[in-house]
Amino acid sequence: MPVNEKNGLKAWQRRDRNSQLLIWAIQFAAVAIFVYCWQLISDKTIWMFVTDAPRQAADMASRMIPPKWDYLSTLWMPVWDTITIATLGTLMAIVMAFPIAFLAARNTTPSKTFIRPIALFIIVSSRSINSLLWALMLVMVIGPGVFAGVLAIGFRSIGFCAKLLYEAIEEIDETQVEAVTATGANGPQILNYGIVPQILPAFAGISVFRWDINIRESTVLGLVGAGGIGLQLNASINTVTWTQVSVILLVILGTVIVSEWVSAKVRHAII
Amino acid sequence: MTLSHPTESLVGRRWKRPPFIANPMLRWCLALGAAIYLAVAFGTMEVNWSRVADGLPRAQRFLSSFFPPDFTSRAEDIFDGILESLWMTVISTVVGIAISIPVGLGAARNLSPRPVYLFSRAVLAISRTFPEIIVALFAVKLFGFGPFAGFLALSLGTIGFYGKLLAEDIEDMDPVQAEAVKATGSSWFQWLNYAVQPQVMPRMIGLGMYRFDINFRESAVVGIVGGGGIGATLLTSFDRYEFDSSAAILLIIIGIVMVVEYSSGYVRRWVQ
Repeated sequence: MPVNEKNGLKAWQRRDRNSQLLIWAIQFAAVAIFVYCWQLISDKTIWMFVTDAPRQAADMASRMIPPKWDYLSTLWMPVWDTITIATLGTLMAIVMAFPIAFLAARNTTPSKTFIRPIALFIIVSSRSINSLLWALMLVMVIGPGVFAGVLAIGFRSIGFCAKLLYEAIEEIDETQVEAVTATGANGPQILNYGIVPQILPAFAGISVFRWDINIRESTVLGLVGAGGIGLQLNASINTVTWTQVSVILLVILGTVIVSEWVSAKVRHAII
Repeated sequence: MTLSHPTESLVGRRWKRPPFIANPMLRWCLALGAAIYLAVAFGTMEVNWSRVADGLPRAQRFLSSFFPPDFTSRAEDIFDGILESLWMTVISTVVGIAISIPVGLGAARNLSPRPVYLFSRAVLAISRTFPEIIVALFAVKLFGFGPFAGFLALSLGTIGFYGKLLAEDIEDMDPVQAEAVKATGSSWFQWLNYAVQPQVMPRMIGLGMYRFDINFRESAVVGIVGGGGIGATLLTSFDRYEFDSSAAILLIIIGIVMVVEYSSGYVRRWVQ
């Protein structure tokens, strides 16, 4: 343990000099990078708008009140669409993520050199492209609507579900697999009786977790035309009907809170 | 003498695996509910199949126009956009985490008094509710186009994400160590520094890297509503039908996310 001696008194230190210096150097570099980035961004900012923002915000808030409650009656269908997009998208994703996860997990993949990298690439590319970007592309291909939203949410969620699932598969208890193998089970039987029961709780938890995230994401897909309540939000903002915007925001808030509550309850029941 | 054993009646019966949901009533109700829901959901989803069928050859053309990705002809714009996204990611992660530390400390039940706890939890709930895109949309309205709006939206998202996880991690910490440090007569800040921080630090560094990764991915979409970054470049390339440039941008995003993910795994192993 490093001890510093000063005027004959010994003081305990957490680190020795070299590692302390290294940590300081890292911290210094981090601060320098931060300051540099801040400089770059502040050059691109019109500070007059920023200083003016509180007044603008107050103005916008005053236009939003009172919310136009009659508008609520036209919102039920978009809310239903939003939930449909999230649910069907999640469903599509977990159906496709299941085999991909088995191909990507180190202990179940048929080929470590060929198939695993391909599966990992599918996972990474699906995860790196935001659902809004997927929606943007899909709207160009299959036209605007709920279906494009479902596919967008599905494509985005495959990577997420498959990643968490293959990590769960890699962490399974091998002794159970060995026990099932010892009974003379063939490949699919080992999968079915040795591995699947072990990952089923994780699988259900992941699906519900992703569903909750997808509700949140599907509220904005309408901004690029892929259905759901985002369409109404976009239209209301474009026509500057702020009283409608506030109703929509409250509805989104309510949907998100309810979905979070449901997902927490279900996950609590599973785990 | 016949000894009847409880398992005797089971001899000759086939083994069935226990169902995932033990209660049969609940199981069948859930299955029925799911079936009805799916039927209704598919029923209300208006799929214009002729439009989709139209789209298929278009999809082929669309995909083929993605190849080969064109990195060169818009290289300068792409480079600027990526850099802007990266700065935005860096400062929004740093600022978001810096703000979320006090909020997270306040939101830990075992650390803070009741009113502070409730206030911090409310802050976290509000910053978590709305997707970054909606926040960005309003930030653009208030602060004008450009990376500043994106930075605000991403920071707010970071506060909600990081603060909540930090608070949960502190609530799960080992109270024995904290007690031991307190018993030495440490002040509150010393206690925080020597008892709480070492326990939560490794996980929080990993989560910080993870959030950096999320922020970079989100920074690619705040541009769609005018929040600066690579998203703006990407949207422009879509609008101009320069799909080969779009493909290049998407590949670069995937590449950067991969690099961040690998390095974050490395850092996490080093820290723990």
